[in-house]
Amino acid sequence: MDLVRASRIASTSLDGVFNDGAPLRRVVAPSQGLGTPLATPKLRSAAEDACCEVWDAAPHNPHGGEAFHHHHSHADGSRHVHDHHLLNVEHLSVSFRMYDPDEPFFRAKRRLVNVIDDLSVSVHEGEILAIVGASGSGKTLLADAIMGLFEPNALVRGSVFFDGEPMDARRLAKVRGRGISFVPQSVANLDPLMKVGRQVQGFGRRGGTRAERVRKQRELFERYGLAPEVADMHPFELSGGMARRVLLCCALMESPKLIVADEPTPGLDLDLAVRAMDDFREFADAGGGVLLVTHDIELALRVADRIAVFQNGTVVEETAVASFASPDLLAHPFSRALWHALPEHGFTTISEDAANENPLAIPSTEKEFAVS
Amino acid sequence: MLEALNITFGYQGAEPLFREFNLTVKRGERVALSAPSGFGKTTMCRILAGYLRPTAGQVLMGGAPLRMRGTCPVQLVMQHPELAVDPRSRMRDVLAEAGPADDALLERLGIAHAWLSRYPHELSGGELQRFCIARALMADPRFLIADEMTTMLDAFTQASIWHALLDEAARRNLGIVFVSHSPALTSRIATRIVNLESR
Repeated sequence: MDLVRASRIASTSLDGVFNDGAPLRRVVAPSQGLGTPLATPKLRSAAEDACCEVWDAAPHNPHGGEAFHHHHSHADGSRHVHDHHLLNVEHLSVSFRMYDPDEPFFRAKRRLVNVIDDLSVSVHEGEILAIVGASGSGKTLLADAIMGLFEPNALVRGSVFFDGEPMDARRLAKVRGRGISFVPQSVANLDPLMKVGRQVQGFGRRGGTRAERVRKQRELFERYGLAPEVADMHPFELSGGMARRVLLCCALMESPKLIVADEPTPGLDLDLAVRAMDDFREFADAGGGVLLVTHDIELALRVADRIAVFQNGTVVEETAVASFASPDLLAHPFSRALWHALPEHGFTTISEDAANENPLAIPSTEKEFAVS
Repeated sequence: MLEALNITFGYQGAEPLFREFNLTVKRGERVALSAPSGFGKTTMCRILAGYLRPTAGQVLMGGAPLRMRGTCPVQLVMQHPELAVDPRSRMRDVLAEAGPADDALLERLGIAHAWLSRYPHELSGGELQRFCIARALMADPRFLIADEMTTMLDAFTQASIWHALLDEAARRNLGIVFVSHSPALTSRIATRIVNLESR
């Protein structure tokens, strides 16, 4: 177990700054252990590959009785097809280069503000992983990192494997919309000058002829209760919920392997939100994977296989959906605090964690340190 | 008292969303507007806050039309905070639109001092929404219209923000009109539920 874990510490840099362009799977030799992440990386050996296969190959009991491997557990129906995860994010950290706001303008030094810290998540084929957590804890940044959408001042480190392939920034941009579909958080992602029907249909010959795409767009609109005339509207004419549905249709239009949905449901009434969730479930059951970033725990519990609770830029607890039936089954104080804060469970803001007295306090990971 | 009298409104080239709609909100009340997506909840919020002029009918506060100069006594917190702030202003300047910053209020809403010098794209959706709420409250409104104010927030922050806002509302005797798709939240907060659909 430890050997596998150690062998997966790759140091591929995603942002291009440190990237030498070689998309090789580089690993630190296991003997060097976890303590020396800066050691010279070497190529993964055949022996290590074999070792991974031992863990990954066995059906129904993929991890030889261990509940966790690669920092995650398994859902009943999920599997490692072709011996790998559909999406595997390891040791991801995202930081922003900023000028020190407390210093006078001309003397301000550059600092790195760390917002995601050593994060690992995996999505298997046939499963929905829901990520819930506090606002500002980096959920959207995780989704953006997987999509290869980086702010110009972001420094992203870690490794992302999609369908077994190691990815860098360029390759992530390449699979965007051609393998990984994205439901963005902001309705501002729609092109304000293009009719929404055309936006959903998309361009080019991918995914069938123009007529087929028009037909599929009409089907999707009908499914989500959007009248045919909506296709001829511009985004400013849509209500919040309608714009959300258009974004969803855009993602379902392609035939992706993985959908990354960042808050797909705010503004949708319950019926529509449930329909969207059911579509994600159907997509997963057909062999796709879904990474669902959401605040709506109730909805997530309905369809997800596993729930990862996010706080201050890292996963504090990864648990089965059933654990949310009662706060006693939840291990981390923050997960319990979330449970108690649900409007149907008391709407309280009690925090068991003394260090977390003020629920709205500044996240403690926003440690700042000077760039040398 | 905030009154909407015989409001009729429709967008150009479309059927009117409301005909002869009436709503009265007293100070201290918390009214939930409910309707499925696309039935004009946001439009009604914008009419109540004076952003849109109804085709017929009028919005009165204390018997007089909303004042068009200075800060409006009916403030709207919008559904998409990223569209409600100037992307090229630092957050300090965004707040300054409503007057001098009220540090105690910022603290109650959980706004960190360090965020004031950031640009909107450097904050998360939930963090931006807190600024929008602070900005609305700093304008010293009599009524607050909250259009899906906390759907961008996790359960924990949602509860904290609503608690902070309800305290503030009790202190200032604010009337609140809000829109939410969560039945659980609506039944927690609302003193009255108005259905737009049935009219």
